[in-house]
Amino acid sequence: MTTTADNKDKLVIGGHEFDSRFILGSGKYSLDLIQAAVEHAGAQIITLALRRANQGGVANILDYIPENVTLLPNTSGARNAEEAVRIARLSREVGCGDFVKIEIMRDSKYLLPDNAETIKATEILAKEGFVVMPYMYPDLNVARDLQEAGAACIMPLAAPIGSNKGLCTKEFIQILVDEMDLPIIVDAGIGAPSQACEAMEMGVAAVMANTAIATAGDIPQMAEAMKLAIEAGRKAYLAGLGRVMEKGGSASSPLTGFLQ
Amino acid sequence: MSETAEKRIDHMTYLPGMEVLESDIQQKVIERMEAYDYNKYTAADVKRALNHDVCTPEDFEALLSPAALPFLEEMAQKAQKETRKHFGNSIYMFTPLYIANYCENYCIYCGFNCHNKIRRARLNAEQIEQEMQAIAKSGLQEILLLTGESRKMSDVTYIGEACKIARKYFKVIGLEVYPMNSDEYAYLHECGADYVTVFQETYNSDKYETLHLAGHKRIFPYRLNAQERAIKGGMRGVGFAALLGLDDFRKDALATGYHAYLLQRKYPHAEIAFSCPRLRPIINNDKINPKDVHEAQLLQVITAYRIFMPFASITISTRECERVRNNVIKIAATKISAGVSVGIGEHIEDNDNVGDAQFEISDERNVEEVYQAIQKEGLQPVMSDYIYV
Repeated sequence: MTTTADNKDKLVIGGHEFDSRFILGSGKYSLDLIQAAVEHAGAQIITLALRRANQGGVANILDYIPENVTLLPNTSGARNAEEAVRIARLSREVGCGDFVKIEIMRDSKYLLPDNAETIKATEILAKEGFVVMPYMYPDLNVARDLQEAGAACIMPLAAPIGSNKGLCTKEFIQILVDEMDLPIIVDAGIGAPSQACEAMEMGVAAVMANTAIATAGDIPQMAEAMKLAIEAGRKAYLAGLGRVMEKGGSASSPLTGFLQ
Repeated sequence: MSETAEKRIDHMTYLPGMEVLESDIQQKVIERMEAYDYNKYTAADVKRALNHDVCTPEDFEALLSPAALPFLEEMAQKAQKETRKHFGNSIYMFTPLYIANYCENYCIYCGFNCHNKIRRARLNAEQIEQEMQAIAKSGLQEILLLTGESRKMSDVTYIGEACKIARKYFKVIGLEVYPMNSDEYAYLHECGADYVTVFQETYNSDKYETLHLAGHKRIFPYRLNAQERAIKGGMRGVGFAALLGLDDFRKDALATGYHAYLLQRKYPHAEIAFSCPRLRPIINNDKINPKDVHEAQLLQVITAYRIFMPFASITISTRECERVRNNVIKIAATKISAGVSVGIGEHIEDNDNVGDAQFEISDERNVEEVYQAIQKEGLQPVMSDYIYV
């Protein structure tokens, strides 16, 4: 691969280009966090739980989000495809744009995504012109169905939301990276810059994180650390990682060198 | 007294019209509670429980035991970590609105009970709307509607109409009313309510019988199964509470947590919430009853709930004072009321239709004051995290 991480290395989602490969998730919001994500992590996409977007409320999250940042409303709170579709349509009505991240959960404990319902919602919303970014449990068959349904990217979870446990589903995310043409964006579970870097080295297109920064001791510093880690991982991927040997070393004088 | 005793109906037998669920949850909760011997737990059990990534029901039992009290700081640390992991810095704000205080129950510890000569009131639709307008002006977006437990004076249709009005002013509507059948919960869900809280008071049916002498509330199993009927009726979330101190609080806390645990396993989509009311012991008199719920014991229960069910909402009541509430939101509680009035019709001026309060509150701060206090603790006040779908 000869491409380098220069200005041409854009993240492309549904025809829209972004320089930053860090997406701020929506779980834990505060003004400090959003400022840090934009100023120190360079985030150009910020997820917004539509159910948290209080129109006219005391603390309106929408007021916190700078205009040059792309808003990615999510459908959290939806328990099935029908509810997700309704939330997405509402989000468009209130002026949150055409991007939508589908989150469908019917488990209040682990908040794991419902893949089957996610496919249904993706199909409906893609037909309505949304740029659909589905959060899913990493399964190649489901990823293919989502692509078929019109998804703009695939967003597999690395670990349960908010767990900061890192790349628990690494092998399966790698399969998605290897087999899918759509951008793979790791969503949920990334708890440290090193994990984000590792995901980027694997070839994922972007990383979404929230808790890792929101719960850090120094939010701006952690935001910057995340940015640098993602950039480092991306460069490493583009450069082509050196080989990793399963075991043993590699003899510098081959045993078969005597052969004529 | 003897006359009352003679009139007492069997508290374990459903009355006509009460829906009976095919469910083994009550049996499982009661069996576990009766088998719970909290004195058998040691410091080693508590340490093991604190070291587990996932808190099992056995760990929960250890955390509620007397052996865990010396580990309260460790429990608070762990609880805080779990709270931040699942909720970040968010603290949800709401206020209760009592729309009626007529009650048909005779609960000997309650200010609303039918034998108490208090001023009774029931707000009409116009008054409800005025109260709600006044509350909405404070910026709150979540409301908890309460009535006394009188089907006659506050029937399901009346509560439904109140929900419909509330939909105009609030994004989240919870109910704390008498237990009802699943089709009635379904109706109220259609009217706009999504959350139902029912206080079981105590899970010890023998004790329950001596405290709830008359009225529908006397029927122990109908109350205990209310949350399951609410979920079946389509409610998104259900709240649980024992009034700690009515009976053995460790057993009641165990039963409350285990009840919620079993329902969450049976209905994984249901959102779970805990409230933690307590009867206050007499101050500076530990000798009266070793089972008294002082602040330390209350915090033990709250942190044990949090560690056992890290994803559950926990509300800290205005029965507690400002100091306790400000500190508990830093550790485990995720929801706090503000601008509370527990009487009827008190949010608007010049209202003749007022009813007396259910109990005395210990934190009279208004919405702005609580909002500021949350921010001062480095936390994020959240008025609503909800969208109707």
